[in-house]
Amino acid sequence: MSTVRVRNLWKQYGDQVVLEHINLDIPSGEFCALVGPSGCGKTTFLRLLLAMEQPTRGTITIDGKPLPGEPRPDRGVVFQRYSVFPHLTVEENIVLGLEFARAPLTGRLYGAKKRRALEEVAETIERVGLSPSRTKYPGELSGGMQQRLSIAQALVRKPRILLMDEPFGALDPGTKAQMYVLVRELWRAERMTVFMVTHDLKEGFSLATRVLAFDKVRHDPQAPEAYGATVKFNIPLDDKAERAEIVSKLPALAATENEEGATRGRPWARLFDFAGTTRRKRRESHERTSV
Amino acid sequence: MGLRIINRRPGRGGALFWGALPFLAVLALYLTFSAMRLAENPNDKLLPALSTIAETVVRLAFTPDQRTGQVLLWVDTAASLARLAWGLAVSAALGLVIGIASGLVPYLRAGLSPFVAVVSLIPPMALLPILFISFGLDELSKVVLIVIGIAPFLIRDLAMRVEAIPPELVIKAQTLGASTWQIITRLVLPTMLPKLIDALRLSLGPAWLFLISAEAIAAQDGLGYRIFLVRRYLAMDVILPYVAWITLMAFLMDWGLRALNRRTSPWLTRGMA
Repeated sequence: MSTVRVRNLWKQYGDQVVLEHINLDIPSGEFCALVGPSGCGKTTFLRLLLAMEQPTRGTITIDGKPLPGEPRPDRGVVFQRYSVFPHLTVEENIVLGLEFARAPLTGRLYGAKKRRALEEVAETIERVGLSPSRTKYPGELSGGMQQRLSIAQALVRKPRILLMDEPFGALDPGTKAQMYVLVRELWRAERMTVFMVTHDLKEGFSLATRVLAFDKVRHDPQAPEAYGATVKFNIPLDDKAERAEIVSKLPALAATENEEGATRGRPWARLFDFAGTTRRKRRESHERTSV
Repeated sequence: MGLRIINRRPGRGGALFWGALPFLAVLALYLTFSAMRLAENPNDKLLPALSTIAETVVRLAFTPDQRTGQVLLWVDTAASLARLAWGLAVSAALGLVIGIASGLVPYLRAGLSPFVAVVSLIPPMALLPILFISFGLDELSKVVLIVIGIAPFLIRDLAMRVEAIPPELVIKAQTLGASTWQIITRLVLPTMLPKLIDALRLSLGPAWLFLISAEAIAAQDGLGYRIFLVRRYLAMDVILPYVAWITLMAFLMDWGLRALNRRTSPWLTRGMA
């Protein structure tokens, strides 16, 4: 179980407010996509969840317990870059989590213990399709393979929450599609709560069970730093038909977004107004039919 | 249209030729001037003929000294290399321990880095009299001079490189449950070892400089001692081969350290990382 509750969260650097007034209740096992214009604090929010940084105000709790002040193995992470250890082979990268847990002094297992640990992770390596590359170094792998390695590495400690910061941002479309299938599979199998930052709306809406759209709701033209972003839309996607409808409309909306130029915030606002309207309409029609 | 000069590359043989050219030019220049001076005065000591140098080398390297019964070149080499090895080893150890500690632990960085920065600015040669007074005239003071000369550089270089480790990697290690100690043994040490060896390669020049200086001022043996001893007799036939010998050893050390790097850290050269 890992219910994430955020209460009145603020984060600012000096005078610059990055995030303001964030309140969220994320049920255990949810797959959340964090979307929004660049520089809107999605990644900052992820770093707060990771406890890489501390909130200026407000609290984050997991199952009612306040977040510890530093990263812990209950929250795994996959970054876009520098996500695996360059000096370790695929196998060594993945088994590392077990070595940390079982060899407090050296952080290294030997002999029979090492063999047993390698047997334990063999299935994980197989599942992410890296068995043929077991003894290669990350520098010898493609970008997609490195990200699969990073995910497998994060899963070894069985985190209750998996945080991903634009994990597929640098991958080509074909590789992305494979990664989506893999990530959905792993998420179902491990019953984790997932938070994934992405700038690709389609990715967010097709993968996630809930989309959190970050954006500024208050603007001060004289002092653009005075107000931060908040969670402007919190859209659960538990209805398959609804998800399909939104995803099918995305290319058209993306096209208008390009024509007008990516004015900060506005295309997003229109998109989510659209998503919100779809929800409302469906709910209304649902209510009508149920009456 | 010929290629631009920036796009024209020498082949294997060409590279060898161009690489050898400056050496051959210097040799030719020496031989010419040496022959000119010797033609004027057969007893000239400044630019001895190659045959004279060869005779001296045979005497120094293969014949026991009449007075002490020792073969001078090897005695000197052994003494100098021992001092150098101690100095480099102690400096590398200090660089690794203090560099990692100060690069990784903010409290230690706050405490150590201003001090190390100031110490690194003290001219080591200015401290030599103090070292001779406090550590005596024998081995210890020479080793300490090398350490004072190069350890601050190694420490600062290592600390900077530890700070430059992508924070993502340190965070990832923490999410895998690593303690600070485990982060040091599994992440920092293995990735910093090649950087330390590179820094050590750059320190070889200064290390030799401090060694020769210390030996020149107070020693009973050593390469630097010998060079400065025979300077009084204008014995260029001794000084020149000694300098060449020192250069050769420095070159071999540099080459050896680079080979060690490739052996111990295969991930550096495999693929793009």
